[in-house]
Amino acid sequence: MRLDCCAISKQFGPHQALRNVSVSVAAFQSLAIIGPSGGGKTTLLRIIAGLEIPDAGYLRIDEQPLDFSEASLLLHRRRIGTVFQAYNLFPHLTARENVMLPLVVVHGLSRVEANATVDALFERFQLSRHADRRPAELSGGQQQRVAIVRAIAIKPRFLIFDEPTSALDPEMTAEVLDFIAELRDEGRDLIIVTHNMGFARQVSDQCLFIAEGQVLEAGRSIDVFGRPRNPLLTNFLAKVLRY
Amino acid sequence: MLMQASGQPVARVAWIASWCLVALLAAAVFSFAFSQLQYGWNWQAIWHYREKFLQGWLITVALSASALLASLLIGLLAALARRSAFLPLRYAAMLYVETVRGTPLLVQILILFYVVANAFGIENRYFVGVLALSLFAGAYLSEMIRSGIESVRDSQLESARAIGLTRAQTYRHVVFPQVVRQLVPPLTGQFASIIKDSSLLSIIAVSEFTLNAQEVNAFTYSTLESYLPLAVGYLLLTLPISLLSRVLERRFYFAT
Ligand SMILES: Nc1ncnc2c1ncn2[C@@H]1O[C@H](COP(=O)(O)OP(=O)(O)OP(=O)(O)O)[C@@H](O)[C@H]1O
Ligand SMILES: [Mg+2]
Repeated sequence: MRLDCCAISKQFGPHQALRNVSVSVAAFQSLAIIGPSGGGKTTLLRIIAGLEIPDAGYLRIDEQPLDFSEASLLLHRRRIGTVFQAYNLFPHLTARENVMLPLVVVHGLSRVEANATVDALFERFQLSRHADRRPAELSGGQQQRVAIVRAIAIKPRFLIFDEPTSALDPEMTAEVLDFIAELRDEGRDLIIVTHNMGFARQVSDQCLFIAEGQVLEAGRSIDVFGRPRNPLLTNFLAKVLRY
Repeated sequence: MLMQASGQPVARVAWIASWCLVALLAAAVFSFAFSQLQYGWNWQAIWHYREKFLQGWLITVALSASALLASLLIGLLAALARRSAFLPLRYAAMLYVETVRGTPLLVQILILFYVVANAFGIENRYFVGVLALSLFAGAYLSEMIRSGIESVRDSQLESARAIGLTRAQTYRHVVFPQVVRQLVPPLTGQFASIIKDSSLLSIIAVSEFTLNAQEVNAFTYSTLESYLPLAVGYLLLTLPISLLSRVLERRFYFAT
């Protein structure tokens, strides 16, 4: 897919989260966004996901400009799969009902069709045993996998992940990252923010480095990780790779 | 055998034995109190008026049930109004809730009946009675509903937005189901309160349970015999509700 950001700015109170961000990633299947905490990664991702409206600038996804009216943003959100750090699932619904909700309510499937879709997906991703459990009865890793299944069940144009494993312990992290890598191998387009540099490097073909509200480096992941040019990036990589 | 930490399961034998002990003690206290009375019981006269008791009791049930339904609607509207972006609406709801919660129900019934209903030419005292009860309970319910709505975390609203639910769909499928589950225990408590509070409608001559007992007392001069069935009649309604509340609470429970 292709992503073009043109002069995007976003301010929260006195704080400028994104400063005039312009970047084009011409062809990618998997885009990683890395950078220090508070740099603006989530803000950019939320704008791409249609959850936040920039103060200025515009965005094109696959050459289509994104219209920031609420009505078209709603349609935009319905066509992409978004997974946050945690608490993606609704606590009063079982895993199955969580996945069925958007299928039935938003995408107009009958309950029978939605049930069949869920069965097939749960079967494929080894979640069948947990289908009738509520989120509180699932491990953090299982919750995230159900959330990812909910995101792919709607056959989205692409997937968006914002630090999907940062609330998990190492074992569950591996389980979720394997899942995401599997989706990448299936050929799904995805954009992921992650603090896990090893994973970012392995899963992505293109990479953005965001710090202080700006994209300071963009390019092929091999280059961004292998031959960083920006001193802030060099510094950042040295710091996160030290341990 | 009669000891068990709170929150732990209780064995059947211990349960029965303890209840028997409590019942025995209560019976002892009350039979002593009544025996000191030197009271000439006259149940004959009361039995004569059994139909009247039953009629009053049924009216109380009907009044309370209608007031519960109306108060749910009023509470829901007031809760939504308090969250409205339109400020006058929000403040009107606030004024309503605070006024009702800050004044006695008795005063509200009198003002509603003798001032408001009178001014608007509403003569049906049963209608005014149900209105007074439901406005009163609605104020409390609106606060319960509001805190239920606000307890649904922002992260869930964000998830709902991300999967493409509209605002109405979010309320329908995410917020309200959780509010309803939370609302079950306080709602049954509220219903019990409405039943007891409905006795105050006797002051505007609504012919409910309490008023009928008062009338029987006036006819027969048998005060205790008139009012003891009253206590039993209210308990007959409120006890099952409180038991039902516990069952529902368990049924709807889910960890967050
Ligand atoms: N809704 C908001 N209200 C106020 N400030 C915000 C909001 N969202 C983000 N910010 C601020 O904007 C800046 C960028 O935040 P953002 O969440 O995009 O950073 P991030 O790169 O995702 O950081 P992290 O790695 O910690 O998640 C931060 O300083 C943050 O405090
Ligand atoms: Mg973030």
